[in-house]
Amino acid sequence: MAFPKICGIETEFGIVVVGQEEFNPVIASSLLINSYANTEMRRVRWDFDDESPGRDARGFTTDGAAPPEIETHLVNVVLTNGARYYVDHAHPEYSSPECADALEATLFDKAGEQVVAASVQAAQRTLTEGQRLIVYKNNSDGKGNSYGCHENYLIDRRVPFGRVVDHMLTFLTTRQVVCGAGKVGSEHNRPDCDFQVSARADFFEEEVGLETTLKRPIVNTRDEPHSDPSRYRRLHVIVGDANMSEVATWLKLGTTSLVLAMVEETDIESLRLLNPVASLLEISHDPTCTRLVQCHDGSRMTAVEVQWDYFDKVRKYLDGRDSGPDAAAEAIMDRWEQVLNALEDDPMRLDGVLDWPTKYGLVDAYRERGGLEWSDPKLRLIDLQYHDVRPDKGVAYKLMASGRLETILDRQKVAEAVTEPPEDTRAYFRGRCLARYADAIVAANWDSIVFDTGDESLRRVPMLEPARGTRPLVGDLLDRCSTATELLAALGK
Amino acid sequence: MPEQERRQPRRRDREEDAVEVDDAPAATERVEELKEDIDDLLDEIDSVLEENAEEFVRNYIQKGGE
Repeated sequence: MAFPKICGIETEFGIVVVGQEEFNPVIASSLLINSYANTEMRRVRWDFDDESPGRDARGFTTDGAAPPEIETHLVNVVLTNGARYYVDHAHPEYSSPECADALEATLFDKAGEQVVAASVQAAQRTLTEGQRLIVYKNNSDGKGNSYGCHENYLIDRRVPFGRVVDHMLTFLTTRQVVCGAGKVGSEHNRPDCDFQVSARADFFEEEVGLETTLKRPIVNTRDEPHSDPSRYRRLHVIVGDANMSEVATWLKLGTTSLVLAMVEETDIESLRLLNPVASLLEISHDPTCTRLVQCHDGSRMTAVEVQWDYFDKVRKYLDGRDSGPDAAAEAIMDRWEQVLNALEDDPMRLDGVLDWPTKYGLVDAYRERGGLEWSDPKLRLIDLQYHDVRPDKGVAYKLMASGRLETILDRQKVAEAVTEPPEDTRAYFRGRCLARYADAIVAANWDSIVFDTGDESLRRVPMLEPARGTRPLVGDLLDRCSTATELLAALGK
Repeated sequence: MPEQERRQPRRRDREEDAVEVDDAPAATERVEELKEDIDDLLDEIDSVLEENAEEFVRNYIQKGGE
């Protein structure tokens, strides 16, 4: 690959305080994050100097579309694992640190669940009796209100963006059969269904655009690289679901990274769907995964067949590379192949592996035993509680604990990732600086840290290269410098 | 819609095609075990589910996001 597919996931969580008459999600989200910040860490403010979410990858600065607003007054902290943890509109949000590969990003996504679970526990202690704060890693309230789980991928700016759009429209529309979170029923005025593959598909109305909250597009064009803008883009993927399954998260990030690397390094053409927006919904509303969608060339294919087409293309790309075998890529390819085979044979073979077949199997068994209708609120409750981040209440965690939902991560490593940053990106520098010199840091963001060492002026250390600031590059330096003043002197600042 | 709206599998993994054939009593036992296992699971889920599902689900409203 031209450079590592650095990636990460930002998740907005659903939040509710049961037994609180005047429940306010902004106050509850602030309480949640403050409780964590006050008990678990020293606080460092987020620095907004570099944010420009209204910039569009198509080359203009909003075409009458409302740029997302940033609410600077809300709670916003940086964690020692390099993540950002903050209140975004009316939700708590955890943005994982930048990770050098898909498995690492999965690890830091899971660590985020633990951060939130610890926050829930801390916040709960401040509530009055009878009040319970609950947080869900899901995507909607079942009543037409949705919140996102967005992926980010660092890509080469030299690649024509139109090429990225063509491939992503096809790939992202169909990958839900692998990484959908599943949902009981439909919403947002979509046709009725018992159960669907994706939690988010009901909410997408456009192919390409800048919006994230209304008229959501399959391919989002926000152009805010948080890195050297002459070299990089950050592809912001908003069409994904919040996953509990580690395999689903890993494959979501892994297959998308591989497809993007292929798009960067080859001129392989995309298969094109005739109507991606309609197809996204049709595929989601068909848990048998046999529904055919119309391609541009007149042929008709299932989502799984389109994924096979991408699998074959990536296989060819990997085989044609000079760089020799890549163990991480091969592991993703092996699992992708297994999953596609199972999806074609019987998707329910993936009950216990991926989110949507697991949720579907559970809800259907519960429904059958109780002789319930699909509209029964109990089934919606199971769907909701599948995503509860409390270890003793979360249904997905219950399934994992009893071996009914596969896990691939080392638990010890997940626990470490709550406080320790990844070692192969600039998140290492950010996280370690926060751990060592928090007293001297006044603000931090994705691409810089601002120090106050008592001199007349503040000093900003830029981090415009996401693949620098790694442990191999700065680990010794950080170990050697016991104060921020020493560090800045060594950096020549 | 034309009859080919849905499609049969194109590929299969060969090694998984060779499923062992159990003799009948063992298979029945397996089904019983599986049933018990699912029952245990559903009981466990029941024990952690929030009370009053209808009200709980109705009151779960999330506005503003992304």
